[in-house]
Amino acid sequence: MAETTAPAAARPARAAALAPRVKAALVLFVLFALVPPVVIALDDPFLILIATRILAYAIAAMALDLILGYGAMVSFGHAAYLGFGTYAVAILSSYGVSDLLLQMLGAILVSALFALVTGAISLRTRGVYFIMITLAFGQMAFFFFISLSAYGGDDGYGLSQRSTLFGSRVLENDVTLYYVTLAVLVGLFALCHRIVGSRFGRVLTGIRENPVRMEAIGFSPFRYQLTAFVISGCMTSVAGVLLANQAEFVSPAFMSWHRSGELIVMVVLGGIGTLTGAIGGAVAALLLEEVLGMMTEHWRLWFGVFLVLMVLFSPRGITGLVAQLRGRDGA
Amino acid sequence: MSRLEIDHLDKSFGALRVTEDVSLTAEPGEIHAIIGPNGAGKTTLIAQISGQLRPDSGAIRLDGRDITRTSMPERVHLGLARSFQITQTLPGFTVLENAALAVQARHGSSFRFWAPVASEAALNDAAMRALDAAGLADRAGARASALSHGEHRRLELACALATEPGVLLLDEPLAGVGGEDADAFVAALRAMKGRFTMLLIEHDMDAVFRLADRVSVLVYGRIIATGTPAEIRADAQVRAAYLGEEEEDAA
Amino acid sequence: MANLFVLQLLNGVQLGVLLFLIAAGLTLVFGIMDVVNLAHGVLYMVGAYFVATFAALTGSFWWGLLLMLPAAVAVGLILEVVVIRRLYARSHLDQVLATFGLVMIANETVKIVWGVSPLSVPMPEILSGSVPLMGPLQYPVYRIAIIIAGLAVAGGLYLVINHTRIGMLLRAGATNRMMVSALGIDIGKLFAMVFTLGAVLACFAGALVAPILSVDTGMGESVLILTFVVVVIGGIGSIKGAFLGALLVAIVDTLGGVFGPILLREVLDPSAAGQAGRMLAPMLVYILMAAILFARPAGLFGGRA
Repeated sequence: MAETTAPAAARPARAAALAPRVKAALVLFVLFALVPPVVIALDDPFLILIATRILAYAIAAMALDLILGYGAMVSFGHAAYLGFGTYAVAILSSYGVSDLLLQMLGAILVSALFALVTGAISLRTRGVYFIMITLAFGQMAFFFFISLSAYGGDDGYGLSQRSTLFGSRVLENDVTLYYVTLAVLVGLFALCHRIVGSRFGRVLTGIRENPVRMEAIGFSPFRYQLTAFVISGCMTSVAGVLLANQAEFVSPAFMSWHRSGELIVMVVLGGIGTLTGAIGGAVAALLLEEVLGMMTEHWRLWFGVFLVLMVLFSPRGITGLVAQLRGRDGA
Repeated sequence: MSRLEIDHLDKSFGALRVTEDVSLTAEPGEIHAIIGPNGAGKTTLIAQISGQLRPDSGAIRLDGRDITRTSMPERVHLGLARSFQITQTLPGFTVLENAALAVQARHGSSFRFWAPVASEAALNDAAMRALDAAGLADRAGARASALSHGEHRRLELACALATEPGVLLLDEPLAGVGGEDADAFVAALRAMKGRFTMLLIEHDMDAVFRLADRVSVLVYGRIIATGTPAEIRADAQVRAAYLGEEEEDAA
Repeated sequence: MANLFVLQLLNGVQLGVLLFLIAAGLTLVFGIMDVVNLAHGVLYMVGAYFVATFAALTGSFWWGLLLMLPAAVAVGLILEVVVIRRLYARSHLDQVLATFGLVMIANETVKIVWGVSPLSVPMPEILSGSVPLMGPLQYPVYRIAIIIAGLAVAGGLYLVINHTRIGMLLRAGATNRMMVSALGIDIGKLFAMVFTLGAVLACFAGALVAPILSVDTGMGESVLILTFVVVVIGGIGSIKGAFLGALLVAIVDTLGGVFGPILLREVLDPSAAGQAGRMLAPMLVYILMAAILFARPAGLFGGRA
């Protein structure tokens, strides 16, 4: 294909451009698959739990990238969906529904409903409004679960057991849980990748590029943006189901607005609108958190400094910086 | 029946009446040009016809159907397409993708999440035909942001064509295009004559008189004359209000 | 019942004027500079810490309050010059990231400087105690003082905005940014001034509330989101909207928490009503926001969505 000077700005989903990114993702997945043998060799079983947590957040970051990167919707309330996922595990298992897939289904249904209603209201607005309204709705969900005293309210709720898979308690094994999480990540990556390259994905990216043009050729942005918003929320809740199993504990802390901010940081760190980047960004952000956390109890201070400096000292912001880097190796 | 019928349209911004009792029609296959000095309210008129702005009163009918309250995307589905005076393309998309998306809007559901759209031959073929008609086929693989000004204007046209319109609204397609580019553009429009009904807003008098079957003159939001190019050229009122001014400019 | 209602209504008004002090600066920053500032809640917290420190040093709340003001101006100016100024031309996403970083920095810095245990600020002698309102009803003097101070600031802002040249510029800027730059105003100075004014108001709110709350690192967070709700409901850029929005949000929040369960008891059995009430009460303001936005996407007094 005749590639002329590729501008650093946004790029649409094109088979040719995606191929190297898919390769990068495959490399990542192979590396992920090699983690358990290495950890077993190191004889540090705790690491496998950290790795599982990273993969679960990678799913959430990738889901957020679908609307943030491809749809230009800065949702600051995505932690709510993580919360729906974690509480689906706690609530359903307390009613005897312990199957992982059923819990995921429950989380998806609740998330779809919440995303549909709050998305429909938020998407009537733009820019600053959209960010603040999604943040407020996220906070609404947060307060709802804080007041849920049957499940520990503010203090959270310890799970008596992990979810079952087809009636078996295989997930009690940390390595099995890790591989199940990895399988979900790979599966959802494939799904996201197909969505981005589909008719729907092209419309979504088109709306990001120029909503006026899209209306002039016959697309109403709202219904496509809302659909993407719902899909993204549902996927994020799946990550929540896995996180609850990893932590064997649920609490409103999973859905605080800081968590929503961290999800955005992950997406941006890896490069928005790339899917693979969101996965890498989740790995990088959480490892940075672990490493800084080992060095100082005030790791948040240094994480904050890092964020501010990154935005200030890249000429066109983090978004511009990433696009620049990508423009360079993409040439 | 007229394909497009504008019936007593009125629009004010505050105290400023930008469209005042405008009525006009476009007959099947006709090119109806609207000319007028800057600030005459041409773009506001197009915005109302295309659905971007809602008129205060009056009616717009497409093939006899009242579309005054219909949204812009729905009007496209009814066969009304427009090009913009200020280029509105998808800068990160290739030229082909820009056109293919316009085709997609009229062909099948866009709620398809799995099959890769890039390999949909039907979309790409139709998009190529639209690009070909607009004279942009050789740039199909280029990114829209890399196009020259003239090429952008042609992409505007191609995207409008790709929605398979019955009525085409062209908002100053020649703005900023000069020389050979302009000639090629006029030739492309002439080649399409009869296939669509066109409402053409244009500043380039030469092009208007070469292309149009009928011309309406818009001054301060009102239509002061409608007629064949020859009639308009001879109209004293038009000469005073508009053409004279043009000749002075040229002098 | 009527007494309880009056009491809670006053509590609502007191929270409302505080929210207004915070929201006033935020809505101007959003409206005039189009900057998302997540760090605005931090300023409220910093104001409370300042007054706690200065009051402890001087032994007087009043000196603490007085010394807090120049410190707040300094913090506002430094923040504007070092970070915020560089964000005006950036995408909202960049603004979100940078100010989110500022929140992290501020919260940790406060922990390092002042420690993690909450501070308390002694109430000034003259404003302690309660006054009788009606019948047996008593209301704390200090809360009345907060209401009066808040209303006085609101009145002052109203005069500045509606009757001065600066105010005219602010009004113009909030609805049409291009116009202000077309007037040949030094935009940089105007922005710095607006941001600093907003910072001082937020610090002032934090300082006012310090004697009746425990001063800790989390205090900016819950207020930040409530303030966002206020700004969104009132309409971005509108001081009048911020004032009415703040009172509306605070009163709904305060009354809803108390009377929600009582009202629900009419239709549900007491334990279910208590449970449902506890769950619904904290969500009320967000439901209110959703309802208002559904009817008016740009908020009550917002010009543009």
